[in-house]
Amino acid sequence: MKILLVDDSNTMRRIEKNTLEKMGYTDIQEAVDGADAISKLTAGGFELVLMDWNMPNMTGIEALKVIKANPATKGVPVIMVTSESEKTRIMEAIQAGAANYVVKPFQAETLQEKISAVTKKAA
Amino acid sequence: MSQIKIKVEHINPFVTSTIETFRKMVGLEAKPGKLIIKQGNADDYDISGIIGISGGAKGMVSLSFPKETAIKVTNKFIGASSADVTDDTIDAIGELANIVAGYAKKGLGEFNITISLPSVITGSNHRIKEPKDVFSFIVPFETELGGFHLAVSLKSVE
Repeated sequence: MKILLVDDSNTMRRIEKNTLEKMGYTDIQEAVDGADAISKLTAGGFELVLMDWNMPNMTGIEALKVIKANPATKGVPVIMVTSESEKTRIMEAIQAGAANYVVKPFQAETLQEKISAVTKKAA
Repeated sequence: MSQIKIKVEHINPFVTSTIETFRKMVGLEAKPGKLIIKQGNADDYDISGIIGISGGAKGMVSLSFPKETAIKVTNKFIGASSADVTDDTIDAIGELANIVAGYAKKGLGEFNITISLPSVITGSNHRIKEPKDVFSFIVPFETELGGFHLAVSLKSVE
């Protein structure tokens, strides 16, 4: 499974990559903001996206809306991984098409469970 | 929106968020000490992660560390073994501040605040100047890797 990690923090991409690798995923690419993510997703082949919310250039929620509006990418499940913890934000992301939502701070097990739930549903 | 006075209770979401962030993401127990209220955030630290706050309250929240603690916390956070401050240290301290501020937002719904992207300041004995006429609520924390402090400087707006 080809996975795209989108976060402006190298630290968070590293932590998420470590978690995915422990789950057995090895085909992992990284994007540093929403615009970078759109560019990489348009090239095709991705089956899962982990997306931060607050990023420069293009935020995660803006990128999510672009992904879901494009027939070529709308089928790719997007899990928001963000410190935006208010219910209104979570609802906004779900209504925009997010497959799941992980609030930072999280324990690795929580991220693993949310990824497993989304990948099982997509299979 | 009518103005809401910033009280000590409004600092609690940041304290809780700091404890949760260090427990869940770093694997460290961060024990809060006694709250200090003062004007002039002038404690001596080497690296600070700062988040600007806007909306119904404006100001900033920061996490400040001595160099050695920042390095050890970062190493534990990302699974590294650096002996000095690197780009990873700076990114990690900024991300910790970002998570603390973001998670605290849900306890401050009455202010409808927005947070900035993190900024990180490095340098021995640097000072962070809070906005004019705003007091800093400072909470020292202790961990097994050393101490740091949380500073919250907030002012409600009309």
